[in-house]
Amino acid sequence: MSEFLEPFERMLEDVATPAAVRAIEHGGRIDAMWGAFAESGFLDALVPEDRGGAGLPLAEVHPLWMALGRHAVPLPVGETMIARALLTGLPEGPIALAVAAGAAVVVPCGRVAAHVLVEAEGALHLVEASGVSTGVPASLAARFDVGAPGTPVASAPEGGLRGIAAILRAALIAGAAGRLTEMTATYANERVQFGKPIGRQQALQQQMAVMAEEMVAARIASQLGCAGGFPPSLAAAATAKSVASKAAARVAATAHAMHGAIGISEEHDLQLFTRRLHEWRLADGSETYWNRLLGAARLDDAGRSVDFVREAL
Amino acid sequence: MFDTLTLASLPAADEALRPAIRALADEAAGAASADVRARSWSGFDPAFSRRLGEAGFLGLTLPRKYGGGERGPFARFVVVEELLSAGAPVAAHWIADRQSAPLILNYGSEAQREYYIPRICRGELVFCIGMSEPGSGSDLASVRTRAERTASGWRVNGQKIWTTNAMHGDYMIALVRTSGTSEDRHADLSQLIIDLKAPGVTVRPITDLVGDAHFAEVFFDNVDLPEDALIGNEGEGWKQVTAELAFERSGPERIYSSVVLLDAWIAHLRKVGRADPATLALVGDFTARLGTLRAMSIACTARLALGESPVTEASLVKDLGTAFEQELPVAIGDDLAAHPGEAVDAELYRTLMFVTHVAPSFSLRGGTREVLRGIIARGMGLR
Repeated sequence: MSEFLEPFERMLEDVATPAAVRAIEHGGRIDAMWGAFAESGFLDALVPEDRGGAGLPLAEVHPLWMALGRHAVPLPVGETMIARALLTGLPEGPIALAVAAGAAVVVPCGRVAAHVLVEAEGALHLVEASGVSTGVPASLAARFDVGAPGTPVASAPEGGLRGIAAILRAALIAGAAGRLTEMTATYANERVQFGKPIGRQQALQQQMAVMAEEMVAARIASQLGCAGGFPPSLAAAATAKSVASKAAARVAATAHAMHGAIGISEEHDLQLFTRRLHEWRLADGSETYWNRLLGAARLDDAGRSVDFVREAL
Repeated sequence: MFDTLTLASLPAADEALRPAIRALADEAAGAASADVRARSWSGFDPAFSRRLGEAGFLGLTLPRKYGGGERGPFARFVVVEELLSAGAPVAAHWIADRQSAPLILNYGSEAQREYYIPRICRGELVFCIGMSEPGSGSDLASVRTRAERTASGWRVNGQKIWTTNAMHGDYMIALVRTSGTSEDRHADLSQLIIDLKAPGVTVRPITDLVGDAHFAEVFFDNVDLPEDALIGNEGEGWKQVTAELAFERSGPERIYSSVVLLDAWIAHLRKVGRADPATLALVGDFTARLGTLRAMSIACTARLALGESPVTEASLVKDLGTAFEQELPVAIGDDLAAHPGEAVDAELYRTLMFVTHVAPSFSLRGGTREVLRGIIARGMGLR
């Protein structure tokens, strides 16, 4: 375990309890939780040391992002880390990320962000968060119309903001998928039907084994996304988000199938993670979005597939 | 969960083997058509295996004193990846190099090590593994082939089946019952090295659904073996068999069985110039999964390199990897037949149909999908 992960996990267990997550989802104040992140110094994890940050390589930030997913943190912590790595002189509060696409975009954590870092026409813009609710109950996402964002603050990072956001989403998915796999295995050993724990039913064991495979694939793919430095290459971002997004829907489905009706209820914590998996799957490009880009890069290459992935990742 | 399976990279010293093994692999496979190269695992070419041995590409995980390379699992990963990616014929050394030599190293006597391992490292010995029997498939512990003690050693009676390479084999490492009955399950099983030229051994090749004969049934009729045919300890055969499973379940061979077809299909797409969004998405999906599976296989190799036996993690990689290998011919077949206006050359069609027909074996050999998922479930704390 990285030396940074342990204190970060401790803080998350302290401040991002399921009750605290629900409170913010239902419109409660974010100050206490955000204050903890701001004081911890972790928001500057990716900021170079000569600019007063921790200067951590992306690969070492990856476990922190996964931890945010494991705890369903209801604030744009990873996004703010990214914004601070890209720009200096940013305001203090939480910052969400968006890429203008000629239409309104759904921005995760848009409801709780103070600002949104927007990529439009090859440049970055910082705008006040003025999105409207998506109307999806308890979702922290907001719809933004980022058509004319005003004066740019910097040029867009190499490869674009969407790729950077995609590797964050992949890590969040991997973290939440890990939590869901553990919750599901625990539940399967406790829940008794037909006179024995349901985890002893072969049919359910087979489904849960596949769930674990998808979870590990998402984790390794998201590690690949963060392995090559900041910002990630197209192949790294595409591999991470494609595999993680595909796993997200499947892991959520199996988690619910195993939990039965209780997992559909608001009071059970399962939904805190499965709702996020679906939201993160769609955010910053689904599996098909990234597959198309990766497929185009692959078809441009005359070599073998094994060589392509070996050299690109 | 399964946190030890984490991203690892191939050491530069092992990566450095790549150009030389690639040159040899291309020399053996470069001129062959794709449907021949797609048979990589079952391609039997003893001369090629000896060339690999001479060049130091066999026994890479084994000690130098027995003729090995003493390089470790990462070096073997690089070599196996190059051989399979090229579609080189590996059957003549495959089992001996992957399983038999490490087994003899771990459990064999000094005399057995000195006798067998150097010859395996030179690519001179073909081994097969006698596991399945007509009544023992996934339920391997129910084997009935029996070895009884005699004044001079062992006498074997029984039958093995689906034994890959038995008709080419010099030796079989067989899992046999040395006492008790088949109800005793895991106890009373032992591993013997059987000389397949010994009197009383009959090998009958079995032709598969594409017309190839790569496996066989093997009959033992009062086959007398010397005392030192036993590997390891009497009665510990089950333990020895299960300990080696991680070697055979996590390697590149559980990912790359359809990769020659994938490359042939991509060459076709490039030739006809098809790059619509649906095609790009399919190519990208395969590419993302291939890259991830490769990283997972390397992650497993890293555990082997630490001296661990990651049986659960290897099962996870194999199940996901073989699912990928099996999905490729289905999706590629659909894709090609959805574009009837494109000329599909005969070589690509033969390759597609070969892989399509043999694909069911990918999740049978080396432990069925259902058995592997049971192992994973146990690793998750279920049962």
